[in-house]
Amino acid sequence: MTRVRIAQISCGSEYSGVQKEINDAAEAVDAEVFFPDLKLADIQKSFSDFGLDVKSPDLKLSIARAKALAEGRIEADAVFIATCFRCAEAAIVRNELRRFIHENSKLPVVSYSFTERTTSGTLLTRMEALTTIARRRALLAREVQEGLTMGVDSGSSTTKAVVMKDNEIIGTGWLPTTGVIDSAEKAISEALSAAGVSRDEIQAVGTTGYGRFLVGEHLKADLVQEELTVNSKGAVFLADTQHGPSTVIDIGGMDNKAISVLDGIPGTFTMGGICAGASGRFLEMTAKRLGVDITELGPLAMEGLSHKVPMNSYCIVFGTQSLVNALAAGSTPEDVAAAACHSVAEQVFEQQLQEVDIKEPVIMVGGTSLIQGLVRAMGELLQTRITVPPHSQYIGAVGCALLASGFVRRE
Amino acid sequence: MANVFIFPTTSLILSDLVARFGHTPLSAAMQIREIIQTPGLESPPLQITPEDPKKGLHWAAVEVPSGVRGRMSLYGPLLERAEAAIIVNNPEYSFGCMGCARTNELLVFLVRKKKIPVLDLEYPTSDEEGREFVAAIRRFLDSLPGASA
Repeated sequence: MTRVRIAQISCGSEYSGVQKEINDAAEAVDAEVFFPDLKLADIQKSFSDFGLDVKSPDLKLSIARAKALAEGRIEADAVFIATCFRCAEAAIVRNELRRFIHENSKLPVVSYSFTERTTSGTLLTRMEALTTIARRRALLAREVQEGLTMGVDSGSSTTKAVVMKDNEIIGTGWLPTTGVIDSAEKAISEALSAAGVSRDEIQAVGTTGYGRFLVGEHLKADLVQEELTVNSKGAVFLADTQHGPSTVIDIGGMDNKAISVLDGIPGTFTMGGICAGASGRFLEMTAKRLGVDITELGPLAMEGLSHKVPMNSYCIVFGTQSLVNALAAGSTPEDVAAAACHSVAEQVFEQQLQEVDIKEPVIMVGGTSLIQGLVRAMGELLQTRITVPPHSQYIGAVGCALLASGFVRRE
Repeated sequence: MANVFIFPTTSLILSDLVARFGHTPLSAAMQIREIIQTPGLESPPLQITPEDPKKGLHWAAVEVPSGVRGRMSLYGPLLERAEAAIIVNNPEYSFGCMGCARTNELLVFLVRKKKIPVLDLEYPTSDEEGREFVAAIRRFLDSLPGASA
């Protein structure tokens, strides 16, 4: 498969001035967006059969299009569902259609609520993941790492590198991202040194993260891949849950990902990145305010009780102000740390996890998964035990090294 | 000759009836023709850019979805020129389809608030109702100032 055909099910995109952005994002990953054509009579029938009595004709059309796709009457490789942000009627339809397509077809699907400010850059990672799932199913089916491969995750906050050999991690490197290439080089040197191998010996390289294109070009990587698919692969690989359903949660420095995974392949996913108060950055700021290292925040939070600190805002500025006020009023650092963790977990729960079907095991990955207080808060909200696999902070790099070994075999 | 706002504004049949009976129809087709013929823009399919939902803030607040505001940037200027209006309730999609129910509610409300002559009709479901539908529109249009008939 070369050019991926993405069926668009939407309401309001052309009137919000963002249709071109959607088209451009698809074009950037060699895909094309199309609107499934239907007969007028089919629209009324499909809409009635579905049973959700919405009033907007564009949403009725969306329902009919989803049914046609799920029933195979229209061929597509993937589905993109988009509606206006802040429209309650559309939000109900968007969620139900995402679930309906996920349950009734094998089509990868992503949903998104846009404003007039949505850009193709915002949509790019989502489109890339959609096309990867459609285009590279065989590669994503890989469960065992073979040969000597390296994965580099050039994230917004930190850069990670992992060297793997014969299904084992033999070297890791980690440091805060400053210069993208420079940080990658240092992380790679660290990982190679720990593994005791030279760069020439590496048989295949994969890159991911915000700097994936730049680092990928620099390293002449075999695989340059967005975070959604590699994190899914890395998570189920490390948690040893490669078969069956699972849910992967990655609270990152700049954005959060919640991915519903089946047999290691993402089915539906959400990616949020609007609010810093729901990111790892807020926890960094909390640690700084408490005068502790970020690595100490988790154990500190485990000693505290979040409900003892009133948080009046999710905003990173006003939320931090609430924590400062609480400290001034005599709250303990432990309770403040716990409240910060609860605030981040609650926002991710409310804003993102409602859009994916949570299926156990729930796997938390990324650097924030090492903050025990955050993992506990998420577990309490989801009423489940959260799995944090070993090397969870290297998840993207591990996923890359695993998938890159598909290129070793080809050689 | 009066400027007559039609709802659904996408209805070519209504637009044609208004023109036939000597008035100026205010319809979506006119607005869309104007913007898609504007050179230098590249925002298919309707040439609506992210600036248009901001223009829609004139009729709807910022917390209203961008799709509603983008639509209002098209239809709002028509409303302001309207001297009369014809509203057809519960039409079939083939008669004229307006995609967003919230925009439709707002548009109809703003028409009524304007205190201009309004003809409210139910979409006909039989030949007999269809004939009376057209006759009612003709009577209404004939009653407007500047009618040519």
